[in-house]
Amino acid sequence: MRRELRRVTGSEPIGPYTLLRLAQGGLDAGIPGQFFMLEAPGRVLPRPMSVCLAEAGELSFLIDPIGPGTRALCALGSGDEIHVLGPLGNGFDLDVERPLLVGGGIGIAPLPYLSQQLGGPPAILGFRSELHAEAVALLPGAEVCIEPVYVTALLPEEHRAVLACGPEPMLAALRTLVPDAQLAWEAPMACGYGACYGCAVEIEGELKRLCVEGPVLCAA
Amino acid sequence: MLLNASGCLDALTAPEVARSLDAFVTKTITPEPREGNAPVRIAETDAGMLNAIGLANPGRERFVAETLPLLRELDVPLWVSVGGFSAAEYAETCAALEDVAAIELNLSCPNVDEAPESAAAIVAACRTATGLPLYAKLSPAAWDIAEGARAVEAAGADGLSLVNTLRGLALDPRTLRPTLARGTGGYSGPALKPVALAAVYACATAVEIPIVGMGGVRSGLDALELIAAGASAVALGTVLFGDPEAPVRVRAELAAEAAERDLGHPLDARALAHSSLQMSVSRSGNEMQKVPGNRPKVTA
Repeated sequence: MRRELRRVTGSEPIGPYTLLRLAQGGLDAGIPGQFFMLEAPGRVLPRPMSVCLAEAGELSFLIDPIGPGTRALCALGSGDEIHVLGPLGNGFDLDVERPLLVGGGIGIAPLPYLSQQLGGPPAILGFRSELHAEAVALLPGAEVCIEPVYVTALLPEEHRAVLACGPEPMLAALRTLVPDAQLAWEAPMACGYGACYGCAVEIEGELKRLCVEGPVLCAA
Repeated sequence: MLLNASGCLDALTAPEVARSLDAFVTKTITPEPREGNAPVRIAETDAGMLNAIGLANPGRERFVAETLPLLRELDVPLWVSVGGFSAAEYAETCAALEDVAAIELNLSCPNVDEAPESAAAIVAACRTATGLPLYAKLSPAAWDIAEGARAVEAAGADGLSLVNTLRGLALDPRTLRPTLARGTGGYSGPALKPVALAAVYACATAVEIPIVGMGGVRSGLDALELIAAGASAVALGTVLFGDPEAPVRVRAELAAEAAERDLGHPLDARALAHSSLQMSVSRSGNEMQKVPGNRPKVTA
């Protein structure tokens, strides 16, 4: 866990989302699925974001501007500087056979970096509109569906090692269909390093801190 | 002296942060284990944040048997925050604790039902149960916090922790329903600083016991202001969430702020806020001028 002031090297729209690029500097990119707390200018709390891409001396984060913190992050421009803390939490277990990546909406965020680390396995992505589906540019070759078709309809018959990130209903459905899936969950977080107890979710029947136990959890 | 506010740091997941403090204050321990409130538990607001964690903790027995030995290995002075739902519960937990630097009695959690007894009655019960230093953590929501401070001092408290969070509410802008599952939560962060300053300022002249000031501290100047209001130690809360290196930074800033004012030590600023008031009152020839003896003792 390291906190550094990092420079914004670029920011570009991808569908309704923004890809925010930061100079990596001395930061460890971590394991796909791990996350960083990004200082949201003008806000009290930082925001947790998983690494979308880690290449060419940059860490990139895909951000959906849904509130004041994410909007502040999307408004950053080249040359701006923000504090970055990470990598935090537990990422995906990369020691898998026949992986299949599944993403829903902004849950596509950790998949490009994950795909790169796994050598480009097949991927299924679901979005709520054509505009949102433009994010497939980050994961060329992925199979795409748009609501009312859901990713679960595109799952192959044969068993695959599913690694997924997306909205809670999608993850809940995958948990039932693929009991050994690795699922990256989301929860509001104030700190990202186990201090605030704000990100509690039910894990094995108990409320536990997602930032400490996850955010990637095995479905079983 | 720099501490963390209770519930704002887990020394076992972030030991290096705990070691950067002069003492680590635990999350509140209750007699029975508590899972805490259902999520959503936190919400950011424009000038602070709300939390409704609900005193999630392993319970007294497991804390003493499992957590406390691990905390001792960190080699940081330990303050244990104690909570309960009756004076007897507080006292039983105090009796079960030994060899810690202090006990902080959480008399003001806005996120759980309160004990029926008054803060003073709880302090009195704990006083008979332990010889350890007892700090009473009070709510800033009281109309006259100095009255509460005098009452817990008379009941045997060795110090005050000022302040806990204020009850607040956030609504989801989309649904216009409460963001937090519990509805309301404890409000902390920058907006709490003037409230904390007012509470410390009021209590510093009301009691002789030392005060740990906390509420919205983000910088060394914030800490110095609490000291000037009458605190002899300062705790960091919400700032730790965004910046785990805040203790190191605030400590350095505090030293620099003191040096800029020709103070040999930050605690030389203690209660200065009160003496400046005396000077201006004196100049105006007001008969109500406070005598120097009313100035709080500097007992760092």
